[in-house]
Parts: sequence; structure tokens; C-alpha cells
Amino acid sequence: MHFGRTLRAAALVTATAAIALTSGAALAQKKYDTGASDTEIKIGNIMPYSGPASAYGIIGKTEEAYFRMINDKGGINGRKINFVTYDDGYSPPKAVEQVRKLVESDEVLVVFNPLGTPSNTAIQKYLNAKKIPQLFVATGATKWNDPKNFPWTMGWQPSYQSEAQIYAKWLMKEKPDAKVAILYQNDDFGKDYLKGTKDGLGAKASSMIIMEESYEVSEPSIDGHIVKIKAANPDVLLIYTTPKFAAQTIKKTAELSWKPLQILTNVSISVGSVMKPAGFENAQGVLSAAYAKDSTDPQWANDPGMKKWNEFVDKYMPGADKSDTSMVYGYGAASTLAKVLEMCGDDLTRANIMKQAASLKDFAPDTLLPGVKINTSATDFAPISQLQMQRFKGEKWELFGEIISGDVASE
Amino acid sequence: MSAVEDVVTEAPAVEAVPKRAMTLGTGTSLVVLAALLIAPVFVKNFIIFQMTMLLIYGLAVLALNILTGGSGQFSLGQSAFYAVGAYTTAVLMEHFNVNYALTLPIAGVVCFAFGFLFGQPALRLSGVYLALATFALATAMPQLLKLNFLEHWTGGVQGLVVTKPDAPFGLPMSQDMWLYYFTLVVTIAIYIFAVNLLRSRSGRAFMAIRDNEIAASAMGVDVALYKTLAFGVSAAITGIAGSLGAIAVQFVAPDSYTITLAISLFLGMVVGGVGWLPGSIVGAAFIIFVPNIAEGISKGLSGAVFGVLLFLVIYLVPHGARQVAILGQQLAGKLRKN
Repeated sequence: MHFGRTLRAAALVTATAAIALTSGAALAQKKYDTGASDTEIKIGNIMPYSGPASAYGIIGKTEEAYFRMINDKGGINGRKINFVTYDDGYSPPKAVEQVRKLVESDEVLVVFNPLGTPSNTAIQKYLNAKKIPQLFVATGATKWNDPKNFPWTMGWQPSYQSEAQIYAKWLMKEKPDAKVAILYQNDDFGKDYLKGTKDGLGAKASSMIIMEESYEVSEPSIDGHIVKIKAANPDVLLIYTTPKFAAQTIKKTAELSWKPLQILTNVSISVGSVMKPAGFENAQGVLSAAYAKDSTDPQWANDPGMKKWNEFVDKYMPGADKSDTSMVYGYGAASTLAKVLEMCGDDLTRANIMKQAASLKDFAPDTLLPGVKINTSATDFAPISQLQMQRFKGEKWELFGEIISGDVASE
Repeated sequence: MSAVEDVVTEAPAVEAVPKRAMTLGTGTSLVVLAALLIAPVFVKNFIIFQMTMLLIYGLAVLALNILTGGSGQFSLGQSAFYAVGAYTTAVLMEHFNVNYALTLPIAGVVCFAFGFLFGQPALRLSGVYLALATFALATAMPQLLKLNFLEHWTGGVQGLVVTKPDAPFGLPMSQDMWLYYFTLVVTIAIYIFAVNLLRSRSGRAFMAIRDNEIAASAMGVDVALYKTLAFGVSAAITGIAGSLGAIAVQFVAPDSYTITLAISLFLGMVVGGVGWLPGSIVGAAFIIFVPNIAEGISKGLSGAVFGVLLFLVIYLVPHGARQVAILGQQLAGKLRKN
């Protein structure tokens, strides 16, 4: 009995809402696609809450909390954000199932910040065929910046290739006569870096790079590779590896009492999981690049942006581990989406969202380094492409030099 | 020591299931078939996609059921066969422009050969040791797919994107619906094949080996041949399921075929009822939908909730869906008598 009444009430509400929606659209110049209304914007997301990459699940939780904060403040242009996030377990078939559920069953307006290169590759064709924005994907592969072939897909963080180009540019300027050796992981991640470096060095690549050494992610140790590289006697070592191997490399070069100039990928700059195990005394003078503020770095203690971030974490994610870089990441990505939705005004069509996302001008989320700004255009679907060089000193990273930009278009 | 040996040798690996009990009655089969035929007309494309995946995982569980329920051999390596099938289809479709329907039998043959060959060394192993050997196969497969000299074909870690086929002859149905009916036809064909296989001479040989290997060989069953044959048939069906999976998901990548898939399939078989073929679909439904339900209950603890639900099922109905079906039958029988 009770159930029947609720059902009828629900039907009535839906009908009223439908009438309100159509008449509202006719009166004002409001435009909506599925998933948006006068009161609500429905955002879909998939994250690996379980499985091998579940450490990243905190990104989704941060985004959920961020939108809760937005809603507490009255939403965006008066509309509440309804953030629907599902677990894909870092498995491409599950990602397809969950994204189809988001699109066809939950009827979301956009799919935002789905994580992982394999999962995003699996859903890219589907979302582009359906003309649904696959906005600010959480992967560093270069292929997301391809507006010509995939006009509904856009990246967010700097791509691996643009980061590598920044190292190349820096080398050309500071050490034009360097003899460079590159150690890279034999997969798409390492190969993207290799390509970026070569492109950045341009004509000088063949003379500057004296050695390219690859390793498999399944190898237990890469000591043998380091010994081999040392024999070629380069004076610059580019370390394009994941955290475990980065720590091994820094340690091994010190053991060999070999002191080349070492440059590390942004992926492996964690003080806790790379620099400390490698030994702080071994890591002195290692270079890298960054685009976001480090939540554990005392130099941001009085930074207004990071203060806001701290307040947000204290209020909406009490008890969370603040040294987790994923929370800085999720905050930055979510605030970029909030900015885009704000810019859309009352025209919440999918086409307009892509248009606005592609017209971000000098947008600076609280968590990005001062001077790093988000810029996009109809031909540039790579929001963040600036980084700043940093040097390891004492027990932390010290930023130095100018903000360098390295835009890379996918071909 | 002797106690341990006793346990290892005496406990029957798989409970003996009489072959009649392995299938459904004709009436029930027809009802299920009708439901599967009509349902897609009334639901959204997304549900059709899920139903397609249900049939595909159902096939893969069925394949494992033939191996374990039929011939009494364990396998935690089904994901490897599934991956080989999926990649065979993806490579043929994308690099050689072979029609998707033609890739299925090719994938089946490739996987049959692969399974048959793997069955040779597996002959020397039994019970938990065989499970471990197949486990190694499942762990190795994603890495093998990333190998350098294969990368030109497999796309390495990037995987391969597969084009979804349109309905042929200009039939007025969506790609999803066409693929569902295509999968349904393949599934029914394989189901009928599986039922007949288990009722045939070979099926009796499988079951004789399962129940007592020594007695089987004394009766003249070529144990080695039939054990490897069971592996081959199981691998072939899993491979065809993998092919269909690649077409439905439109993407293959090493991350899709990890050990988690193999364990899910094993789980599906146990939940559906070991040795009861119709249970395969029930098991597939369990591995597709229950994680979603668990996630709905708690996102952070979805794994734990899933564990609790699984535990409940195993505790309450240790023989899986078969037990439920038997209970239902008895109940219906009683009602009829009254």
C-alpha cells in the first residue's frame, strides 16, 4: 500500500518536473542536454576503488567531497552537482560496463576524470560516438590531446611527452654539450618520455643522446642496467621510471660513486616513497619538474590556495592522510570542472561544455604552482602543459627557474 | 602425515553429478529460451549490453564447468584462454579485416590447440597442484601479451580497439541488440554441444575419470587423451567467449585478462553449482551483478561486502544454484500432490 503511494508520488513529481523543465526551457534562454536541469547537473565518473590501482581511488573520494562543498555553498549557478562515481577495478571491460551504465541508465551530462590509460582507451570510442564529453581524463598519455579525431575527449595533467620536452629544453639551454643516457621503462609510459625527449632535442638528439637503455617492469632490480650505462660514461642520466626503480637508480649510482646529472620524472618525485628509500644523501642535486604544490612542503604553509585546500580537507574529508598527492590532484581536477560549468551559464548542452572547456584562459586552481595556468583552445586539448624545474636539496624539493611550457599535440 | 595423505587422496575433488542432473528439463529450457529471446525488446541498450556480457561470461563458466564438473580437473587459468580468444579476434579483425563471425571458429581452434597442448604437462598434476600450474598460466598471460615482438600485433599495453559490427542485411536493430542475438545463437549452439558432449561416449569417459581414475583406465578409457581433450574443449569454448567479449567491449588490453578474471570465473562456477550446466548463467550473473550491488552498499568496503555476500551464498547453499533449483523442484512437486 505504502509502496504504491510512493510510486504514484514519484510519478507525479517526475511528470511535474518534466513539465517544469520543458516550459522553463521555452521561457528563458536555457538549454539543457540529458543530465542537466534547473536544479541539478549530473556528472559521471569511474575510478579504481578496488583492484591493483585502488590507491588512486582517493581521487574519486576527493572529487565527491569537493562537489559536496560546492553544493553546500549553493551549487553552480544555482544548480546542485550530482556526482555519480562507480568502481571499474582498473579493468577495461568493467570500465565499459560502468560508463555505459552512467550514460544510458543514470543519464549523466558528462563523464569526468575517468582514471587510467587502458580504461580511457576502452571508453573513448563509445563516448565520442555518443557525443558525450570525456572530460579531463586522469592519465598522462599524450593521445588525449587529439581534438580532430576525438573532439569529445580532453586531458588534464601535463602529458609525459610535454614533461620530457621540458627536460630537453632545459638541457639545450643549460648543458648544450651534454652526453645524455636515457633509462626508460619498456611500455607506453617510458616510450612517451623517450619520444618527448627526442622531439625536444630536435636535430641535436642524435649527437646528444649516447645511450638508450630500457628495462621491463617485471625485472626485480635494474642494477645491471646502471652498470652498463656507466660504462658508456654519459654526464646526464634521464631516469624515466616508476617510483621503485627511480629509488634503485639513485641508490645504485651513488654506490658506484658515479655522479652524473640526474633528472627524474614527475611520476617518481615522492619524497616518502622514492627519495627517502634512495637515501637523502644520495639524492642531493637530483632534478625534476612539478606542476602542483606539495601538500607536505612547508613553503606553502601560508599560501592562500593551500590554506583553502587544508580547510576543505579538514571539513569534508576529516581523518584523511594529507601527504597523499591524490587529494591535491582530485581537488585541482574538480575545481577545473566547476570552473567550466560556471562558464557554461544556463547553456548546459554537451556541445557548450566542450566549447567552454576548450576556452579556458589562464585559469589557476588553488593547488597548482604559482604561474602554472590552465589554457585550452579549439586546437589545444591539453589543459596543463607548464611545469617548473626543481632540485632536491636537504629533505625536500626546491623550485627554481622559470615556468616552462611544452605543448604537445597528438598526431 | 598419513592423515594428510588420506585427506588428499580420499576426499573426492568434485562431487559426482549424474549426467541427467546436469541439464534442465525441456519445458524449463524453453521458458528460459523464450525469456532470453523476448527480453531485449523491452529494455534499454545498456541492459542489453549487460545481458550480452552475461551470456559471454556464462559461456566461459560453462567451459570451466565441463572441465571441472565433467572431468574433475581444476583450472585457475581460464583467463589465459579467454585472452587468447579475445586477442585472436581483435588481431584478425583489426589487422586482417576478417569478418567478426569468422574469427570465432578461428579463435576456438587456436584455443583448442593451446588448451590441448597445455593439457599435456598438466596430465602429471592433479587437484591443487593442477590449480597452481594453471594459476601460473593466468599470471603470465598479461605479461606475455606485452612482449616486444608481439607488440606490433597486440598493441602492447595500449591494447587494440575493435570495431563493433552493425546488424547485417539492414535489419532495423541497434548494434547492441544484434550482438546480443548473435551471442545468444552462439551460446545456444555451444550449450547444446556441451549437453550432447557430456551425454556422449566422451562425456561418460570424462565422468568416469572424474569419479575414479583407476577404475576408468581399467575399463579401457584412455585417461591421458580424455583429460587433455577436456582441457582442449574447455579452452576452445572459453576462447570463443573471449572473442565475443572482445567484440562486445570493443577493446582488448592485457589489463582486461588478469588473474582476477580467472578467479571470477571459478567463483561463478561454484556459485552456479559445479557440474550443473544451466548454473553457469546463474554464476555469470553473480560475478557481474553482485559486485555492483556490493558497491551500492558501500563504496569503500565493496570488496568486504562482496566477501560477505559470497560467504552467505556458500554457507546457505553450498551446492550453488543447483541446490536452489532442486529445492524449487521438490516444492513444486509437493504443491502438485496437494
